[in-house]
Amino acid sequence: MTDANKGLDIGQNYEQQYGFHDPEKYVFKSKKGLTEKTVEEISWMKSEPDWMRQFRLKAFKAYQQKPLPAWADLSMLSQIPFDDIYYYLKPMNEQGKTWEDVPADIKNTFDKLGIPEAERKFLAGVSAQYESEVVYHSIHADLEKQGVVFLGMDDGLKKYPELVRKYFGTIIPAADNKFSALNSAVWSGGSFIYVPKGVKVAIPLQAYFRINSKNMGQFERTLIIADEGSSVHYIEGCTAPVYSSDSLHSAVVELVALPHAHIRYTTIQNWSKNVYNLVTKRAIAHENSTVEWLDGNLGSKLTMKYPGVYLMGRKARGEVVSVAFAGKDQHQDAGAKMVHAAPETSSTILSKSICKDGGRASYRGLVKVYPNAENVKSSVRCDALLMDEISRSDTYPTMEIDAKKVQIGHEATVSKVGEEQLFYLMSRGLKEQEATTMVVNGFFEAFAKELPLEYAVELNRLIQLEMEGSVG
Amino acid sequence: MSALLDLQDLHVEVEGKEILKGISLSMEKGQVHAIMGPNGSGKSTLSNTLMGHPKYVVTRGRILYQGQDLAGLKTDARARAGIFLAFQYPVSVQGVSVMNFLRTALKARFGDQFQPKEFRKQVKAAMASLGIDESFATRYVNDGFSGGEKKRHEILQMALLKPSLAVLDETDSGLDIDALKTVSEGINHLRGPELGVLLITHYQRLLNYVMPDFVHVLVDGRIVRSGGKELAHELETTGYASYEKEPVTS
Repeated sequence: MTDANKGLDIGQNYEQQYGFHDPEKYVFKSKKGLTEKTVEEISWMKSEPDWMRQFRLKAFKAYQQKPLPAWADLSMLSQIPFDDIYYYLKPMNEQGKTWEDVPADIKNTFDKLGIPEAERKFLAGVSAQYESEVVYHSIHADLEKQGVVFLGMDDGLKKYPELVRKYFGTIIPAADNKFSALNSAVWSGGSFIYVPKGVKVAIPLQAYFRINSKNMGQFERTLIIADEGSSVHYIEGCTAPVYSSDSLHSAVVELVALPHAHIRYTTIQNWSKNVYNLVTKRAIAHENSTVEWLDGNLGSKLTMKYPGVYLMGRKARGEVVSVAFAGKDQHQDAGAKMVHAAPETSSTILSKSICKDGGRASYRGLVKVYPNAENVKSSVRCDALLMDEISRSDTYPTMEIDAKKVQIGHEATVSKVGEEQLFYLMSRGLKEQEATTMVVNGFFEAFAKELPLEYAVELNRLIQLEMEGSVG
Repeated sequence: MSALLDLQDLHVEVEGKEILKGISLSMEKGQVHAIMGPNGSGKSTLSNTLMGHPKYVVTRGRILYQGQDLAGLKTDARARAGIFLAFQYPVSVQGVSVMNFLRTALKARFGDQFQPKEFRKQVKAAMASLGIDESFATRYVNDGFSGGEKKRHEILQMALLKPSLAVLDETDSGLDIDALKTVSEGINHLRGPELGVLLITHYQRLLNYVMPDFVHVLVDGRIVRSGGKELAHELETTGYASYEKEPVTS
């Protein structure tokens, strides 16, 4: 038996690897469902400044008024059991400074997920969120000395109130959409990062988000500010136990790249298939800055996520590279938004999706160029790979080009894993499953090669697991 | 001692249509057999059937490989047992480097015998002998390859996988004269007492460089004539027309 076969035959699957759960222990759990009182309660528990409390309450009103987006997959979206969800769950009183401070069950969970190990090996800082709160958090001492701030969002608000108030909710207004409004009302946890002028954070900072309880709602909020000429790479991962009832994850992520800054934001989303993942992510890119979203969507029941870059300064650059994997009963509705509001800005979107066993992937994209934005370049490419006849892939590209002298490219392909491709690989001794995995990994290569090695290996392994049992 | 390959009254259907109508042929290790025939005679059907392509259904007769009936043995198992097919039109695999592909194939073929340390050296040497540039290793499998590069890549795999039976499907097609020479040299280099080669070709061009031991003429799904290497030259002057008008059963 070859090594590759061994990898496939271990029989690991999501359930064993990530789908386990700890006994539910918490110091506070809000009542099921969401009312204004819940919002007040969350703000009170966090001893927040009044402006944040007001922000939440206003957002809650917007949330109540906004309908579900009409263009969405309502067959799935309208099934969210909003009244059955716990909107705030505080797992422990004090955030841990060392892993020893974290309760044993929770520490065990993150051990199993390999977080402390990754932290020792190749990360500059780690934030671990469990249910609604960041339970552990660390940053390399030398980065701290250089003034880099990496905190849970709640701590960020406490320690840097002016900076937070200046940017919070300005890139994604609370009322942007129903789910950004929901997040703005009940947000808890997430990351706050500030990188001072000229500081380059060479190795990645990582946040890991874990849902443990049934019917949980997780609403983290992240704000990253990269000051002039600085650079940072932030990575987030997420998993949850497998339950028969659904959970909701709805995050808001705001990035600010000041002139000449560089932000790379990588997501490996691997929620269990009972999680609705409805996330709003947007960046502002000032003059000569670069923002890159690397977005991997493997898990969840329904994901709706369209990371955007608003290119506000001359020569700003935006990039989205996203891959999606949709299996049985999954819909990956993902895409990207590039808004060119300044001359000589450029953007690239590369979207790759794979569907099997009746899974569905959609690409929804917007490229907008404002009238004064001349000499803009944008290229969009969407590739879909269908593993069988019952799966589905759709592309919904929108282009609004109001400027002259622009260079816009759009390309979309849909292909099937060909019998001839499999025959070719199998004629070299690869088993059908190995051959399929090789084709799929190759398809995702453009994404994987951008990841730090450890994550690329992890991604390949996840794909191998997803492919398990996919062919007879 | 059983023959390397023994085709016994082989009938094959593709999508309900009978293409091979009773082929019998026997070959030993160390031999080179050429199968020559016009377009549509069933040449590619024969190579795909030997490799176990799921679309090609054996309806009668059987294929014995080293005495073992291949019926029910899937493509990958046949490959691991030492059967190799050099494709007429190798397909591309995006995002998979030649190096990664070769490593996976060698692991599959040789299992625990596979030596990762030796691997690079082996590949480098094999590439050099086929006049393949080193940059080839990092390119994606057959992606944007020229006709000549594709065929060299096929022969490279053959060299590394060390098959007992190699089926070369129209390996000469689409090659200019220099590429044809290099590929032929590659094949000649691999010829030996442990390898049987089935050369499938329309033209006798390749046979100017690779000398067969036996030649079989395939017309309309049947072998209409078998002979020694001189048959190839005869065909060059007479063509297939005489066989096509009045099929002769052998």
